[in-house]
Amino acid sequence: MTVGSAMLGLAAIASQRVQVILVAVVICAVILELIRRKHLMERYAILWLVLGLTVLVLAAWKGLLTSLSEAAGIYYPPAALFAVAFLFVLALLLHFSIVLSRLSDQNKILAQRVSLLQQRLDEKDSAESPESKDRAAAHESTRA
Amino acid sequence: MSRNLAIVPAYNEAGAIEATVAAIHRWAPDFDVLVIDDGSTDDTAALARAAGARVLRMPYNLGIGGGMQAGYVYAQENGYEVAVQVDGDGQHDPRQVEDLLRCLRENPELNMVTGSRFLAESDEDGYRSSAARRVGIRIFARVLSTITGQKVTDPTSGFRMTDRKGIELFATDYPMDYPEVEAIMLMHHHRLRSCEIPVKMEPRLTGSSAIAAPQSAYYMVKVLLAVFVALFRKRPVRDAVPAVERT
Repeated sequence: MTVGSAMLGLAAIASQRVQVILVAVVICAVILELIRRKHLMERYAILWLVLGLTVLVLAAWKGLLTSLSEAAGIYYPPAALFAVAFLFVLALLLHFSIVLSRLSDQNKILAQRVSLLQQRLDEKDSAESPESKDRAAAHESTRA
Repeated sequence: MSRNLAIVPAYNEAGAIEATVAAIHRWAPDFDVLVIDDGSTDDTAALARAAGARVLRMPYNLGIGGGMQAGYVYAQENGYEVAVQVDGDGQHDPRQVEDLLRCLRENPELNMVTGSRFLAESDEDGYRSSAARRVGIRIFARVLSTITGQKVTDPTSGFRMTDRKGIELFATDYPMDYPEVEAIMLMHHHRLRSCEIPVKMEPRLTGSSAIAAPQSAYYMVKVLLAVFVALFRKRPVRDAVPAVERT
């Protein structure tokens, strides 16, 4: 009886490992497919791939998670997994905030440049059309 | 072409922009007028142009800092020696532009002159605003006075004039939103000098302040964070050659 339940438990753990490995493989596959379709740039895909591979290694390498969590003084190995995952998500979010800041700064510079070029164009157009030249001349004379 | 530029930020100021541009032409005739239309949905740009101003139209609402910086880039690229900010809503009196200019000319060591609402001799001339806003302004004034080592009474005043050095600095680096307080830090950081002179400000003709009530808490925190972080940036050493090329 006890042997049977122990074997059942082992089978459950083994099938859990298979599930986790499957999830990790799916994550990696989805990331690679997104890169292939050019929906994801490589530079932003790398962090995600690292995440998928980390999960894969932890699931496939029996005992790695246990020894890692023991080394870190964590008695419950899944907690170590959550801690790693949480830190990873934090790093990813911070990375996004940095990218966003850079993008909005670049966007601002582009918008400013567009307005400056537009102004130069407007000036050229109004210099070419005679009636606005009159207006400009009238304006100059009122100021003089 | 003039060597002086008045930069007029305007967001949906169709009701006031013509009068503001006309007043600058009248009272500060040696200033070219550049209106920054920060993504207005009304006729601000067309009215400003009809009044004889040049107009920079932002493709979308960039916020006051992003728009102003475009004005400073324009001033820098077109070789202006002096730039003054005059609000498009009629709050700043263009008659006092010459006071700012005189102060800048008479004190060649200065790079920026700010018009302060709180230096007026009698309190009656001083500017009226909500109690909360006054408290905020006072906190910024205290913090900036301590950091810069000189008296700052009106850190949120947008009525300021800068010389060529200030134009060049602001063209390369200008705070994105709520820029006035941070700009003082920026001047201090780059070892540029500024002072204040008393001005009167009118209640705005139209439009609404860039800072609405629910945002003022965010404004305080954001600007205080910016000022605090700026303290930890390395200050560039100012070149030993004194800036006396001004004429």
